[in-house]
Amino acid sequence: METAKTSERFDRGDARMMLAHVLFAFAALLVGGVAGLLQGLVRGGVVTLPAGIGYYQLLTAHGVLMALVFTTFFIFGFLFSAVAKTAGGVLTPAARRLGWIGFWMMAAGTLLGTVMILLNKATVLYTFYAPMKASPLFYAALALVVLGSWVDSFGVLCQYRNWRRLNSGSAPILTFMAVVTVLLWLVATLGVVATVALQFLPWSLGWVERIDVMVSRTLFWYFGHPLVYFWLLPAYMCWYVVVPKVIGGRMFSDSLARLAFLLFLVFSVPVGFHHQLMEPGISSAWKYVQVVLTFMVVVPSLMTAFAMFATFETTGRRLGATGLFGWWKKLPWRDVRFFAPFMGMLIFIPAGAGGLINASHEMNAVVHNTLWVTGHFHLTVATTVALTFFGIAYWLIPALAGRTLTPAMHRLGIAQTVVWVVGMAIMSGAMHAVGLLGSPRRTAYTTYGDSPEAVAWMPYHVAMAVGGTILFVGVLMMVWNVAALLRSPRGETEYPVAEAESAEPVPALFERWGVWLGVLAALIVAAYAVPLSELLNSPNPGSKPWVTW
Amino acid sequence: MTIHRLEKIWIGMGLALLVVFLALVGVAAFAFGMHPPTGHALGVEPERATEVPPFDRPGLVRNADGSYDAYVVAFAFGYSPATLEIPAGATVHFHVTSTDVVHGFSIPGTNVNAMVVPGEVNHVVHTFDKPGTYLLICNEYCGAAHEMMAGTVVVR
Repeated sequence: METAKTSERFDRGDARMMLAHVLFAFAALLVGGVAGLLQGLVRGGVVTLPAGIGYYQLLTAHGVLMALVFTTFFIFGFLFSAVAKTAGGVLTPAARRLGWIGFWMMAAGTLLGTVMILLNKATVLYTFYAPMKASPLFYAALALVVLGSWVDSFGVLCQYRNWRRLNSGSAPILTFMAVVTVLLWLVATLGVVATVALQFLPWSLGWVERIDVMVSRTLFWYFGHPLVYFWLLPAYMCWYVVVPKVIGGRMFSDSLARLAFLLFLVFSVPVGFHHQLMEPGISSAWKYVQVVLTFMVVVPSLMTAFAMFATFETTGRRLGATGLFGWWKKLPWRDVRFFAPFMGMLIFIPAGAGGLINASHEMNAVVHNTLWVTGHFHLTVATTVALTFFGIAYWLIPALAGRTLTPAMHRLGIAQTVVWVVGMAIMSGAMHAVGLLGSPRRTAYTTYGDSPEAVAWMPYHVAMAVGGTILFVGVLMMVWNVAALLRSPRGETEYPVAEAESAEPVPALFERWGVWLGVLAALIVAAYAVPLSELLNSPNPGSKPWVTW
Repeated sequence: MTIHRLEKIWIGMGLALLVVFLALVGVAAFAFGMHPPTGHALGVEPERATEVPPFDRPGLVRNADGSYDAYVVAFAFGYSPATLEIPAGATVHFHVTSTDVVHGFSIPGTNVNAMVVPGEVNHVVHTFDKPGTYLLICNEYCGAAHEMMAGTVVVR
């Protein structure tokens, strides 16, 4: 039996499938980055778009390509590598085939969706709220992306089942975490699949006249918040398991890392109402119930923060650090595999604090739909998650391509990270500030007829354009780095997987998936059954389709 | 599974803070009535909202206790009425609905910020203490001229 092949190279066929995912993600990053740059410049009043291109078209493209395509492709490339590396050494033929089918479905969906956006047939933003009606092909394209991601998910689960069949005891930690991530994704996407298949498609095809707007929004946000944990959990895989190895240390606690993942699985789904706090049709009491559930993720978040800094300090002291903060100097600041994710962690502290404000029931009125929210998720997903994914790419791409990670690449990567953090500090800082003043998100250049209030927002919008331009330089640097990684000298690159601090056994309960999915289902029913049935029974006749762009 | 003593303290403090925080939010909402806006179904097709009361006559209505009800219709790309004139110090109960797509109803500088959903009537209350001209804007993307969708609230 071949279970402990962690130091060997990837099977070439497996690696090709994983690389296809990862490289597609970076292509999406480049195109989405161009859209983002133009948006920033338009909003700042620096440029006006040539005839034919609309601001909201760019906004739709930026959101779809960055939030859905870049993340999903990268994540599945990484998850497949994690299960291949730690659960068997090579993918089973079935897992690899599912990986390719999933890839092509998602790629076809992305291309079709992008074409519909460019044709101005789908300028509905990536949240595609009803009753704005895009071309049915746009909804079909999104459905194809999600169904493709399901096929990928089954590929990951297939590899896990195969390992489970051949082994006893608890699964290797990266495999365990990959399984939690795909389970979260499968449960979360049920909402978006339901609204697209049962509501948007029949309505956009004209088979039914009206759509229930509140039900569609509720199903969307049932998906929309766990979506952010689907981005975050792979980043946490890197923080918990990869970073300790990179800094020459060990995982603080294997069992607690798994427990944190299980808590994220359980508490990230029944919380969508905190995106709908300002909406009619849902009673304040039910909103509050989901606000409370939203805040439960504070527990695994605090566990993660503790584990990270415990690892840093323990490792630093083992390497001879003295004094209260001497360990800080022992961290490998010149290693991009550490530096990029670490900057992501640091940014997550203010980002998480901002999130607490957003989810705080009545306090949401101050920031809802303002640029504050845009600033918030540019810290969370576009910095914490993105920098961690970049940090993964520096060793994952050469490990897959049979190349080496050279000292020159470390320097380029650190420069890219610094540019990203500086650009984001300026852009997101300005967004947070002007958001508090009330400047709306998702809005083209406007002064509302030279209203003094809106004119006072302009300096912040100019700062956003400056930050956005710096970030675009960061995108170009990252794409350059990815190309350079593919051309660096042939050789082997380590796939860093840390050992645990102690060999304490993992509770068997952690892998009884029925129990965890049962708890999750119970929480979802408790949080959604009554308010959703109220919406379904509401005397609202529904909305006809509108094309307002 | 062992949990480090310091981690128990850390998580314990976090949980305690969380309980206090959620209790504060809950008390503010349920005891002091600082709820997020909420509303109910309009009862007719959204595109017919202006054919039935109260939205057939959008505008301000003065109540016996001195407060006002403001009935506002949002549409692509404006509000009806486009301007509301309110005496300083008045408490206004806004009732807003949409005849087409989803819009926003935000008055920067105040806590008025509500989603306007077709087929639903949303409610939000605000007391305008400071005289001046307030901007009323749509902060939910609603189409090509979304950035033009605005109104004014004049408090004198």
